[in-house]
Amino acid sequence: MKTCLVVDDSSVIRKVARRILEGLDFQITEAEDGQQALAQCQRQLPDAVLLDWNMPVMDGYEFLKALRRLPGGDAPKVVFCTTENDVVHIARALHAGANEYIMKPFDKDIVEAKFHEVGLI
Amino acid sequence: MSPHDYDFLCKLLKQRSGLALAGDKQYLVESRLLPLARKAGIASLADLVAKLKERDDRLAVEVVHAMTTNESFFFRDKIPFDHFRDTIMPALLQSRAAERRIRIWCAAASTGQEPYSLAILLKEMKDKIADWRIEILGTDLATAVLDKAKAGLYTQFEVQRGLPIQLLVKYFAQIGEMWQIGADIRGMVQYRPLNLLSDFSYLGPFDLVFCRNVLIYFDQETKVDVLGRLARVTAPHGFLVLGAAETVVGLTDAFKPVPERRGLYAPAMPASAPGLAARVAAMAPRPATLVGAK
Repeated sequence: MKTCLVVDDSSVIRKVARRILEGLDFQITEAEDGQQALAQCQRQLPDAVLLDWNMPVMDGYEFLKALRRLPGGDAPKVVFCTTENDVVHIARALHAGANEYIMKPFDKDIVEAKFHEVGLI
Repeated sequence: MSPHDYDFLCKLLKQRSGLALAGDKQYLVESRLLPLARKAGIASLADLVAKLKERDDRLAVEVVHAMTTNESFFFRDKIPFDHFRDTIMPALLQSRAAERRIRIWCAAASTGQEPYSLAILLKEMKDKIADWRIEILGTDLATAVLDKAKAGLYTQFEVQRGLPIQLLVKYFAQIGEMWQIGADIRGMVQYRPLNLLSDFSYLGPFDLVFCRNVLIYFDQETKVDVLGRLARVTAPHGFLVLGAAETVVGLTDAFKPVPERRGLYAPAMPASAPGLAARVAAMAPRPATLVGAK
């Protein structure tokens, strides 16, 4: 079973994402901000990260850059999932190493399509 | 809805669009036509049927449009677009090398995602087709969806289903909360309304016909008729792409499945011509992914 780390400061979003991804046979772990997520990744890298942008302590963009610098940190597929829905943010995310980008609001079909796109399904 | 009214609507839909409704689809008819009736100020489905019986042609067109499914998204089902890039185009670039012209028909273009997906793939292979003339024609029964296709304007939801983010950024412009496909891509596709039940022989011949998720709504007799006429507008070296739940098997001998390419068909050749296996063997091998953007 593949693992996915869901990183979002909203417990509602984490719950919705967990439900969708468990339905796609992922084992889920959660983090409330980038720093928590990075600590988890330092212990064990997941197969995928579903990543919010705006979070307290450490945002998703800073987390992604730090993740990619970890040994083996280029392996997890990172899918941003954010309300930052403009081309500038998307381009920055891709430049920093994001594999895909979901613009909120999202639904199961979109998550499934994006995870399929990056070869996670 | 009375069985009599349901029967009348089934006949009208069959006659005008080929849509074959089973006897247990009353719920579908009610859910699609009640909103239309209310919008038109008609109190009930019985009144709607009464108006249709008075030969209200405009209302009949609206009924057909409401009942025909127009769901579409970019790179839908993925595999047909892998076939397009890895099998169909390499074969056509060989077989059409003398004319350097390729004609593609999306027979159920709906809101444009399918023809634009093909146009995007052509853009991605622009170096190979630099001096080629490639036409894409998109047709659909419903003129309203063609208007949307021509505008090339999609919601955030629509561009996130099937379209890799790199291609979104590369080929679309953000307009408020909508995304519009670039003018250069829009310019690659021509649209026109067309009912597949009517004569379309004047449109051909085509090197490639995409006719996906249409035949499933037709009865056996209509499927045979449409496939027969599609065969007559498909060039001998050409291809037909059907939806995942559709096949030619048991319906026509005019097309044969291309081995190991699900959903892809080629016109049947005379016994003296090279067999399908030889033609497919001449095609390029298949890479594993759809758009080499990763």
